[in-house]
Amino acid sequence: MSIELRNIAKKFGDFVAVDNISLHIETGELVALLGLSGSGKTTLLRIIAGLETPDTGEVLFHGEDASAVSVRERKVGFVFQHYALFRHMTVFENVAFGLRVIPRRARPAEAAIARRVHELLKLVQLDFLADRYPSQLSGGQRQRVALARTLAVEPKVLLLDEPFGALDAKVRQELRRWLRRLHDEIKITSVFVTHDQEEALELANRIVVMNQGRIEQIGSAEEVYHHPANAFVYNFLGNVNLFHGRIENGRVFLGDTAVELENTHAHAHPETGKAILYVRPHLLEIVMKPNGKQTFPATVKSINPAGPQVKIELVAEWGDMVQVEIDHERYQALHLEPGANVFLRPKEQKLFVYSI
Amino acid sequence: MATNTKRNNVLPGFGLTLGFTLAYLGIVVLIPISTIFFKTFTLTWPQFWAAVASPRTIAAYRLSFGASIAGALVNSVFGFIVAWSLVRYEFPGKSLIDVMVDLPFALPTSVAGITLTAIYAGNGWIGRYLAPLGIKVAYAPLGVAVALTFVGLPFVVRTIQPVLEDLDQEYEEAAATLGASRLQTFVLVIAPALIPALLTGFALAFARALGEYGSVVFISGNMPMHTEVVPLLIMSKLEQFDYAGATAIAVVMLTVSFVILLGVNMLQRWSSRRLAA
Repeated sequence: MSIELRNIAKKFGDFVAVDNISLHIETGELVALLGLSGSGKTTLLRIIAGLETPDTGEVLFHGEDASAVSVRERKVGFVFQHYALFRHMTVFENVAFGLRVIPRRARPAEAAIARRVHELLKLVQLDFLADRYPSQLSGGQRQRVALARTLAVEPKVLLLDEPFGALDAKVRQELRRWLRRLHDEIKITSVFVTHDQEEALELANRIVVMNQGRIEQIGSAEEVYHHPANAFVYNFLGNVNLFHGRIENGRVFLGDTAVELENTHAHAHPETGKAILYVRPHLLEIVMKPNGKQTFPATVKSINPAGPQVKIELVAEWGDMVQVEIDHERYQALHLEPGANVFLRPKEQKLFVYSI
Repeated sequence: MATNTKRNNVLPGFGLTLGFTLAYLGIVVLIPISTIFFKTFTLTWPQFWAAVASPRTIAAYRLSFGASIAGALVNSVFGFIVAWSLVRYEFPGKSLIDVMVDLPFALPTSVAGITLTAIYAGNGWIGRYLAPLGIKVAYAPLGVAVALTFVGLPFVVRTIQPVLEDLDQEYEEAAATLGASRLQTFVLVIAPALIPALLTGFALAFARALGEYGSVVFISGNMPMHTEVVPLLIMSKLEQFDYAGATAIAVVMLTVSFVILLGVNMLQRWSSRRLAA
């Protein structure tokens, strides 16, 4: 089922949670609402579910206005951040809940309910835990039970609020991959909320980057990562170095050093010429000799060689901290030591410069 | 789940605190109560039996336990509603109502008894409208139940309130998204989560009502065989210097209450164990 949001706005007191958002989600899509806490992403998700009523605007399911449709009747599956499993019920009863509350006339027979529940528990690979209580499960298991419980009522739309927020990094990765496979299998229109850009990039067909109740950019992982619409998106998706600089005659100057960087994205403040420049750590190169005005001097502060890339922290000549990631071969060739004076060179000209 | 008894605590002092607990309970609870038993042992079996099983005593047991259970049950239902509205809704005067709940704790029970009697007597504010309907509250068993309901109310409200505050609204939302009606959500999701607290509240209100004396003497009229509660019967035995007879009845009361409270306690533990997160 497709979801259409039209001019949705929601205020809590003076706080604008959602500010006039319109969004279309296709049938079968897996969409991430990505943003910091307070960006309005969870409120938007709850509005789609009908758990929150928007002040203005409408929600359409499959082209039909759902504003008057209650939560019960929306056929929306909602997985809560802390799972909200019923603690006094076994895993089996939790998953069966949605089937047991169907009015008696339409309710499946006990045998059919049992069959469906076991089918779902097999789908989430937890059939062996059917008789346990939620308190006896690990976080990852609870999450999967919550998902099975939601799927039991055959929702047309699946909404997940920070689905992996409360889990260990390792379990999170596993579940992420598992959810991706599950979605490929059952093709249900899904929207999930996350503050973890990596999660959004890995999992979603499309990412909606939100900030202060508004949408900053909508696009595939590739689009938002490589073609960010603005500095916020660039800054939010992945690590960045932030430099304060000036722009004069279309050229960027960093600190007092006149580093010239050709830049097509440069938009400086019209009067002061001040700008903020963003560069990802892996887009900076360390060289031992200056190269005209394309490099700037820096001093190595610390080196962390653990991981697929070597993370090096430097201090630029004008005092800003700079993070650089280089591969191990390059690191060995450079013979870097803390205290070494080196030069940094942006690898590509596609830097983000934002006026302040 | 296996618990390790020799766990290393950050704060030492298990021996000290347990010793203190035992000494304290011994002085405050056990020694006074044991004297009741010792006094009772001065009776022979036939004397004991005559004291605890006379028709007048049996009638008093029946009224005391019956009215206490009735009062605790009424409180469980209405105390729950009071706790619910205090936790779930914001309304003007909320903190005032919150304070009012504690009034039965603070009010001298005799004052409560006199007030209730004045209101429910045949010519009182409420009693005058009930009398034509043939409902007699003051000087009747019903009056005893009313007084015992009054003194027990805070227990139920105050035990349910914190549990209800902790009960995340997410559970109700989850039930709603799964298609449950409001009634189903309440019966299947909310009520089971509150049962341990409700049982505790019930047990406390019941125990409080069993021992209640001050408010009951005024509203009941104290007619033997009819509106005489056990604490009053004990009092009148004492006034006749029948100390052993009084303690014998007390022993029976004590034993039965202990068994009932133990039962409720075990029920409460059993139901809360499943909820342990």
